[in-house]
This record gives sequence, structure tokens and C-alpha cells, in this order.
Amino acid sequence: MSKAINHIKSTVVPLNLENIDTDQIIPARFLKATSREGFGENLFRDWRFENNDPDQPKKDFVLNNPIYAGKILVAAKNFGCGSSREHAAWAIKDYGFDVVVSSFFADIFKNNALNNFLVPVTVSEGFLQKIFEQVEKDPKSEISVSVEDQTITIEATGEKESFDINHYKKDCLINGFDDIDYLLNMREEIGAFEQARG
Amino acid sequence: MSNKTLFDKIWDTHVVKKIQDGPSVLYIDRHFIHEVTSPQAFKGLEKRGLPVFRPKQVVATADHNVPTLHQELPIKEELSRIQVQTLKDNCAKFGIELYGLGHPFQGIVHVIGPELGVTQPGCTYVCGDSHTSTHGAFGSIAFGIGTSEVEMVLATQCLLQSKPKLMRINVDGTLGKGVTSKDIVLYILSQISASGATGYAVEFAGSAIRALSMEARMTICNMSIEMGARCGMIAPDETTFTYVKGRKFAPQGAEWDKKLAEWKTLFSDEDAVFDKEYNFKAEDIEPMITYGTNPGMGIGVTGHVPELSEIKSGDLPAFEKSIQYMGLAAGEHILGHPVDYVFIGSCTNSRIEDLRQVAAFVKGKQKAEGVTCWVVPGSKQVEAQAKEEGIDKILEAAGFQLRQPGCSACLGMNEDKIPAGKYCISTSNRNFEGRQGPNARTMLASPLMAAAAAVTGKVCDVRELV
Repeated sequence: MSKAINHIKSTVVPLNLENIDTDQIIPARFLKATSREGFGENLFRDWRFENNDPDQPKKDFVLNNPIYAGKILVAAKNFGCGSSREHAAWAIKDYGFDVVVSSFFADIFKNNALNNFLVPVTVSEGFLQKIFEQVEKDPKSEISVSVEDQTITIEATGEKESFDINHYKKDCLINGFDDIDYLLNMREEIGAFEQARG
Repeated sequence: MSNKTLFDKIWDTHVVKKIQDGPSVLYIDRHFIHEVTSPQAFKGLEKRGLPVFRPKQVVATADHNVPTLHQELPIKEELSRIQVQTLKDNCAKFGIELYGLGHPFQGIVHVIGPELGVTQPGCTYVCGDSHTSTHGAFGSIAFGIGTSEVEMVLATQCLLQSKPKLMRINVDGTLGKGVTSKDIVLYILSQISASGATGYAVEFAGSAIRALSMEARMTICNMSIEMGARCGMIAPDETTFTYVKGRKFAPQGAEWDKKLAEWKTLFSDEDAVFDKEYNFKAEDIEPMITYGTNPGMGIGVTGHVPELSEIKSGDLPAFEKSIQYMGLAAGEHILGHPVDYVFIGSCTNSRIEDLRQVAAFVKGKQKAEGVTCWVVPGSKQVEAQAKEEGIDKILEAAGFQLRQPGCSACLGMNEDKIPAGKYCISTSNRNFEGRQGPNARTMLASPLMAAAAAVTGKVCDVRELV
């Protein structure tokens, strides 16, 4: 299956909180696996369930609210701060999200997301608030993201903003290329670099 | 005339190639790995049928998931046992040196790198752990990375990285009595916030930083990630060279002289320009403590939790959620707040100097009734040194428990968890919700402040006790 990702149009799950750290996204006690699969069921584990019990969903947490669903997670600034655990990106992707929108991402999380074809879209604070307002007004509102055009659009109002992504990463996302594929092709050059340094 | 920053000097000598309109291919001198963020990377290599490109440049240890009692016995918890065993199997298979459980060099990865002399000025380091920034204290570039990146570095000894913006944080002056490097970094965090340095490599400079020991410098660089920084660093000087010299993997003889000459060129030139610069005065810094659920939510110990009116309206939901979780009220003073647990350990504060400070403070004193006090040394070598100096006896006499090396209650991956609702004064780096166990309430502070809380059973101003 190709990992490539380009155009996404979906309803969204709004999580209007700042500084959501990776310990909330996936608590450390769930990092004991030796594979990449299955982290979605523990996404936001302690915000999602009472008493650490999957049979006791917390009603006021957005993932438990049937009104909200979709492939796009929208959160307030400094999303993904804290631990470098890639398990956080795995959990979000495994749960079914393809895009996370925020006004500000922590650096390591952003890299981890990109390496897993989970698109981190950085928007202005103003545009972020517009999304939250639109979704509050109508939870069925759709947002579309185009990696190719580097744009995010609130479908109901047509409001649009462009986002940054470097050319190299954009290519990777659209074509399903890994960084590791790129680096593997450079092993000779890397060997020569080592020689030259002595 | 050169106008390079310390960061530039190291970065430039490690770039194999700059991709147009993309990141750079950065050469990594040393790669530290541990049991939690490496198994999927090795699996990736196997899937692609690849060897480890430079196995001699990889150092492995088990730290995150290990018990801190009875390490000589098999690990009880099955998943933890499998993860630690998987690391052992992978290291054997791919030819990587492992300082695993039972090895005299085992310990928290960011403690053992420096103490073995693996960490040296002018080098690039990565590890699948955000606190890799610690190694920057030696004047190196050290990045915390994700597991896909661990796989990349195992496969090619290189990492794709965009060059970060550069920030310098100057702290000048003299620290007051009872104020330590942990207080410096918690103070900076309280001033610039938990996202204040996101996107930046941060160099810490100024006379107060220069006056610090290597252990104390490591504490500061360790927590640069809590400001969001890509890495933290301090220019190497005599303090650095003296620390590195003679360590197991430090250069020796003529090689030492050659390296030393190189290392002495590692500083930001006078005309170097930073994208952002902050200046702080050491005299303004009190012993610090956190009241909230991110490390930027700290105050001087005599201060109070902010009033709602002091918080920007957009920040209110997160602030209110945070203090509610902590069981605190806006405007409340924190001095005198009862404490249930004291945790002295983690890659931030588990080095021999930290243990010495705690021992010197608690000698002849007793922990308060009802307070549980764990001291978890950063490594087997720290543990051995502590025993040699009689620190174990002092701690035991005071009612503290000296455990075995590991990450322990910093992140509660093993059984060292703080129970729900309990308050823990912790020398670790993160006070996130549930970090030390579901619903545990963490207050970050220095080892001295933690020791003082252990003895009095409450948050107190250590300056009145030293």
C-alpha cells in the first residue's frame, strides 16, 4: 500500500488545548511494544477513559463525542511537545488521522509526523480560531488540505490559508518516499565524507 | 574575520550535503540507543535486509524500562522483559556494544555517555530520546530523534535535519545561597515558556553558566528541550576539558593534545549573530518550583500560583485545567504545601554531584513522617561512587531509599509510579499530567529543594535551611 498523501478533505476533531504533550497523546506505560502497530487504541488514553478502563469513556472528551469524527485533528499551539516518542505520531495515524492542524508544533513531533505521512499543518492563530469557531457552529463542517498546493481551506466559508513545507518533504509525502530511501542512496558519499574527515 | 556561532562551527563540519530547498544530510558521530525507541528501528532494518552501517559508533544501554530494585533477578513485567531482551538480541545480532542490566557501565543513557567520556566537544550526537540535549553541555550538537530517524542513523550514520535558528541565553552574575543550576533552567522556562525556544538551537552563556560544574551544565542543557529547543549547548572550557580528560573513551596521549587544540576553537565568535538573544541576572533567581503541568509553569518558592487575571484569555482553558489537575487554586502560595513523595533521580539530576548535595543536606536529619523518598542514581558508576563515599549510609539513616539505576519515576514506565492524587517533589524534567503515574501530581525542583521537602514534609524555602 502506498503511503503517499496529498489531498485530504474531511470533517475534523477539535481539541482546543495548548501544549498538548506526547505523554498525553500516548502515556509511557504503553511504550512497551516492539512493533509499530496498535497504538491508536491508547491514543489520549488518560483523557479518554476513567480509571484507565476502556469500558469507561469520559463523556466530555472529544474523541468520545459521536458528533465529532474525521481524518483531521485540530489542536491549539505547541502540539506534540515533550518526549521524542514517535509512538505519539503512530498513535494518531493508527487512530485514523492523516492531518494535524495547529498554530505551532514541537520540532521533534513535526519530524516524526512527516516520517509517518501524518501531515502537520501549521496555520496562523487567527485561522486556527476560525476553524474552531466553524466546527463549533457546525460539527459537520469540512476542511480540505492540499499538500501539493500547500493550502488549507474551510469548505463552508471558502477561507483559505497557505502553509509551509519544504520542497523535499513535499515530494516525499506526495510520492510516498522515505528519508531512509534517500539516505541509503547516499551511502557511498557518506563513506567518502568519513574518509575526508580522517 | 570569523563571525560564526558555536553551533555553526560544529554544524558546518558535519554537513555531508545540503539538499536544495530541503534539509541537510548531517553526519552523526555517536548514536546512543535504548530499549524503548529502538526495537521498531531494528525491525525496519531487518525488513530492508540492511546491516547497521557503523556499529562501532553506536552505544546501547537499558534504562527506561528497567526495575530499580532487584536488577539481578529476571524482570517481572513481561512486556518490559521482552523489550529489554529484544535490545540485547538486536545488539548481539548487529554487533553493537551494550551496557545492559548487570554491566558496570549500565545507566541512564544521558548519564553514562558523559561519564564514560563518549560525550566530547565538537561532536554530533543523537538518541531516540528528547533529553539527548544533555550532551550539548560539552559543546556538541545533540538531537533527540524519533524511531524512524533512529533507523536512518543505524542505516547510514546520517540524519536529515534542517538547520535550526539560533538563540543565545545569557545568565550573568552570581547565584544566591541554595540556588542551583536546576533553578536557573526552571527560571528561564518560567520566563520564556515551554515553547519559547521551539525551532531554535540554544547556546547558554554568561558568567553564571561559566561558573557551573559539568554536572550542573548538563542539568541546564538537559531541560533545553522543555523550552522546545532543538538542542542546547555550552561552549567547552577548562571545566569541560578537565571533566573529559582521563575518562574511559576520552582521547589519550597525542590524540588528546590534537583534540584539545580543536576544542579550544569551539566558541561563538565575538561578532556572531543570533536570531534571538535573552539576558537574565543570576541574582534574580530564587529556588524554583513548578505548580502546573508543563515545565514552563514555575515560580520562585516564595511566589504564588498566578491569579486568573494574570493569564492571557487564550491561555485560560489550559491554565485552569492544569491547576485543577494539580489540586491548586489560582493565587495560592505554594510554600508549606504538603508533600507525599520525593523523587531524586532522572537524566536531569541523578549524577554524583546531585547525590552529594542531597547527602550533605540530609546528613544527621530524618525524612518527615509519611513522606516516601526515592533516590535513583543515574548509573552503576554513580551508585558505586555513592557507596564508596558513604552516601548510601547517610541516605538510609535519613530514611531515604537508594535504589538501582534507571529512568524510574521520571516517566513511570516501570513500577516506580507515584499514586493518583499524591504530590511528588521531583528532580526530573517533566510535570505533565500522568507523567509519574496516572493522576500523579508532580512539582519539579532542584535536588536541594527536594531534600528539604523530604525532611520537612512540605514545600519549603531551602535557603532558610542551608
